[in-house]
Amino acid sequence: MKITVTSGKGGTGKTLISTSLALSLSKKYPTTYIDLDVEEPNGYIFIKPDIQKKEPITLPFPKVDYDKCNFCGVCQEVCAYNAIAVLSFNNEVKIFPELCKSCGNCVLNCPEKAMFEVPREIGTLTYGKRENLKFFEGKLNISEVTTTSAIRIVKKKSLEDIRDGEILIYDSPPGASCPMVEASKGGDYIILITEPTPFGLFDLRIAVGVVKGLNKKFGVIINKEMEGFDELYEYLKKENIKVLLKIPFERRIAESYSKGKTLSEIDKEWEDIFLNLYNQILEEVND
Amino acid sequence: MIELAIVSGKGGTGKTTVSASFSVLAKNKIIADCDVDAPDLHLLLKPKVNIKKDFFGMKKAYINKDSCIECGVCIDVCRFDAISPDYVVDTALCEGCEVCFTQCPVKVIEMRENKAGEYFVSETPYGKMVHGILGVGEENSGKLVAIIRNVARYYAQKEKVDYIIVDGPPGIGCPVNSTLSGLKYAVGVTEPTESGLSDLERLMELFHHFKIKPFIIINKSDLNPEMSEKIKRKSIEEGAIFLGEIPFDPVVVESLKMGKPVVIYEKDSKAKKIITELWKKIEDYLSRKI
Repeated sequence: MKITVTSGKGGTGKTLISTSLALSLSKKYPTTYIDLDVEEPNGYIFIKPDIQKKEPITLPFPKVDYDKCNFCGVCQEVCAYNAIAVLSFNNEVKIFPELCKSCGNCVLNCPEKAMFEVPREIGTLTYGKRENLKFFEGKLNISEVTTTSAIRIVKKKSLEDIRDGEILIYDSPPGASCPMVEASKGGDYIILITEPTPFGLFDLRIAVGVVKGLNKKFGVIINKEMEGFDELYEYLKKENIKVLLKIPFERRIAESYSKGKTLSEIDKEWEDIFLNLYNQILEEVND
Repeated sequence: MIELAIVSGKGGTGKTTVSASFSVLAKNKIIADCDVDAPDLHLLLKPKVNIKKDFFGMKKAYINKDSCIECGVCIDVCRFDAISPDYVVDTALCEGCEVCFTQCPVKVIEMRENKAGEYFVSETPYGKMVHGILGVGEENSGKLVAIIRNVARYYAQKEKVDYIIVDGPPGIGCPVNSTLSGLKYAVGVTEPTESGLSDLERLMELFHHFKIKPFIIINKSDLNPEMSEKIKRKSIEEGAIFLGEIPFDPVVVESLKMGKPVVIYEKDSKAKKIITELWKKIEDYLSRKI
């Protein structure tokens, strides 16, 4: 079972909830937490895993064999991202790593077969463990922009060694564009986290659009629940969206969060709440 | 003219709260919302849209199934897993790289224009605003951000304003890179949490990369005073200008719920006083530099 925890808006509590959920479930089931927020992975702060291994995340990057290249310019023409500049006056082919998406089109189309690919490091994949919980984290290097590709690679790695009946919790990046779509695409069920403010509602509507487009079963957790913004509840009711859980807006939770504590570390009760939540999701997925 | 972006690394730190207030306080400015994934600034500034334009992202591949011989080449060469086993392109995954288009042996794939969002030029009670929104699940937020910045600069030059106030996206990836490239100054809004610190460290690296002089603000600072102190020290060590702290003030959440910038919501709130001082500090610093 793969559950993606996501949100349109950042800062709604995605990581707090996904790490709390993963740690609670790991007491009973084989569970893996996978941090797919590769631009800003924060799951480690709450999981505090023992790090077992790190390896580079790489993408193939084109190189030119100057013995074969005749500077015909085809690679530059076929590159949809303007990542290649052929400077024939200078006998040079410039390839800009920050624009290249590693699609391979230049290599496939080079008439002289003068291009090949070498791995280029774009980030780091970290493996870890805390008791029964396995931990994966993808982290993109600064100034890299291939967020979605990094997520795809981390997801593939997390699927390599799955145990029977394992639960995978994907902690998604915020927003509603490609990186969030890539993280959500992997899930059997999607949990959307929101908060009762106009920002929360505006971004939730966008995220719901994405999830519906992906044809996934989903439910909403309302974090920082408080009075005074009824539009969120009206929207959820009107759209017939299931509210899985409400987490109160309490200074105590905010303070513990600031110190990197999961919900079940604040209050044991949360373990049962999350186990119940999982059973509810299981029923819905198998329905 | 100074272009000032408000970014945060981490989402939900109060970037838009600060941007909205700075947009009110700055006297002569253009406002730009570069968080095209989840734009929220308009919820506070209530812009009236004057110009609306379509944004076209990368073209997307389309397979003409009538002539397709189902040879499998396109599926093999697509590195984004965007083509299903029954030869349908998932436009949400297609990155427009054209590999399938160039490699299809029977040439049944075409690249089609793809409307990926919209952008707007609007009037707010506080000045002109340029903003946009990406279509659901679309890519290329960096390109749309670049357009918004260019349009904002056009008006900034035309109207001879002093500032462009930019509300930035979260994270450190494509849209943030596009928001920060070429800037001299930016404001980093953080929160006193372990996550806030972790993300700020990454954001600082990005500031260094772009050679940007950052101003740092800690929002909700009294939630964890120890952490606030740590962040303050850290940012000064890293060469940032530490602007100050905004304590947790319920009036901020209230003003959000009412859809108003906090500096105009209540006449004498603590948050209003502090944010006004923070803006004054920025203006003083920048006026000395000019």
